Amino acid sequence: MAAGVATGTLRSATLASRIRGRPGLVAGGITALLGVLLVAGVGLGSVAIAPGDTIAVVAHRLFGLDTTAAVSPATETIIWELRLPRVLTAMVIGAGLAVSGATVQGLLRNPLADPFVLGTASGAALGAAIAILLPVTLAIVAFGLLQALAFTGALLAALVVFRLGGSGGPGGLTRLLLTGYAVASVLTACLTLAMYVSGSDLRQIFSFLLGGLAGASWSRLLAAAPLILGACVAMVWRARSLDGMLLGDQAARHLGIDIRRERGILLALASLATAAGVAISGLIGFVGLVVPHVVRQLVGPSARRVLPISALAGAALLAAADLVARLAGDIPVGVVMALVGAPFFLVVLRHTRTGYEL
Amino acid sequence: MTIDPTRTPDAEAILAADGVTIAYGERSIVADATLHVAGGERLALVGPNGAGKSTLLRALTGLLEPRAGTVRLCGDSISTLGPRAVARSIAVVPELAQLPFAMLVDEVVALGRLPHEPPLSGLRASDHAAVDAAIERVGIAHLRGRDTRELSMGERQLVFLAVAVAQAAPILVLDEPTAHLDIRHQVEVMELLVDLNERDGTTIVAVLHDLALAAHFFPRVVVMADGRIVGDGPAAVTLEPARIRSVFGVDPALVRLPVSAG
Repeated sequence: MAAGVATGTLRSATLASRIRGRPGLVAGGITALLGVLLVAGVGLGSVAIAPGDTIAVVAHRLFGLDTTAAVSPATETIIWELRLPRVLTAMVIGAGLAVSGATVQGLLRNPLADPFVLGTASGAALGAAIAILLPVTLAIVAFGLLQALAFTGALLAALVVFRLGGSGGPGGLTRLLLTGYAVASVLTACLTLAMYVSGSDLRQIFSFLLGGLAGASWSRLLAAAPLILGACVAMVWRARSLDGMLLGDQAARHLGIDIRRERGILLALASLATAAGVAISGLIGFVGLVVPHVVRQLVGPSARRVLPISALAGAALLAAADLVARLAGDIPVGVVMALVGAPFFLVVLRHTRTGYEL
Repeated sequence: MTIDPTRTPDAEAILAADGVTIAYGERSIVADATLHVAGGERLALVGPNGAGKSTLLRALTGLLEPRAGTVRLCGDSISTLGPRAVARSIAVVPELAQLPFAMLVDEVVALGRLPHEPPLSGLRASDHAAVDAAIERVGIAHLRGRDTRELSMGERQLVFLAVAVAQAAPILVLDEPTAHLDIRHQVEVMELLVDLNERDGTTIVAVLHDLALAAHFFPRVVVMADGRIVGDGPAAVTLEPARIRSVFGVDPALVRLPVSAG
């Protein structure tokens, strides 16, 4: 028994150190995958589009090159107005959720945490439901009332949780988590009530809860992307603090981390990226929980590696899931994510020696 | 209170607590403690459970703001220094915490370099060298590449000690560094502390439970009881049989101390 365990440990240790020494390789691989997904996401669908046409249209729109002679105007519209913003939105939101998830897991020192533990999900859902139920004209709704209220709801929920749950002190993290749970419960009760009285609008609320990228557009992407990407960059910039917190609050202080301040800033950034994402896509779970774990298996636990690579991997995962959802007849992306992603995650957990004792 | 008359406490104090009082609500944990540590000293802090040793350490390392009194690091009030500046001067061996994620031993030890690294670049060549040196000196080279969570308590204690050694600060603070170690590793850790002190000039402040280790390896032993410092000087003086009986409430014959301490 001892020999078997020893060789198992040795093999996984050498494998781990071999990959852990090469975060650049992992990052390069996922970036290449992102390129493939971009072309595939634009090319595949009810109307198939050749990769060459996609590149031609992008080159024409971005650099003014006269490359679109062979591309029909209808094709150009499909590429530029429909599919490209959708694929890019999926990538940006996926990146935001994954980086937020990695940050929240590190902050709370809890591998089960995800970006929604601070009440952002239920806050966004309630905001969206209110927007849907408000007796205003469709024009205002189309302009982005739902997105605005969902965004506000998510941020307000996070703010309330943070103010009530506090940050420092012994047992503070557990208190924060439990506060998040309690606040989310209240918000969910309100949401359930809203759904109960919603009548014919129920389907619309429900589709927000399931999440999807059908509502993606350039204007929404351009509004959300700076918030999400900006917050991600800021989180990556502060990843040192997350590394310091790996050994606990007190150790973090002794390693020179101002934990109260850093925890506040990082929670705010994670909430911002999450809120801006779910405002557009509705609730998409799983990305923020699973991507950081898979990335940690590849490059080790250092947040300075985990965060940027999670951004790439989250972008790839959501873009791939949305592609599958679209090809399967525009089913909710959350369903795809759970059906395909969860079994994959189980395989990852089973095949790693350094498993998680959850 | 016994003060060694040959020592002049104010000269060259690298770390100085003056009249420090720490209380939670009405209950005072540390009362009017004055402790000056000179650069290059090796000091053991002993006392019964609940005497306030760890709390005094927290004040000395800037983690707790005392209710009264001051703590100065190289002459500057420690509360005015940023956490990072403090971390470059004082390394504290972390408490044995549960790690939330799988971490290799090398990755844990590398955390000791956080106060020195630039924000994004990660470990530089000099940081890798410091990590390797710390792993070598603590004697845990055979644990490299292992998941820290699979290690025994004693092995993890050595890994966490290596974190603080890798931090390479002029002051090293330890709170019961040998609690989970077997006798051989206890002695090895003590010898490492002596080596860090004598070869590198690191100032050592350690809370110890084992009076024999304190007396044998530390020239200066400070005794605390009920939140007060009741003895300060060489072990032969501060750990005399009468004080052991009064402070620890045990028969001094049970505690066999080396004849000539320090």
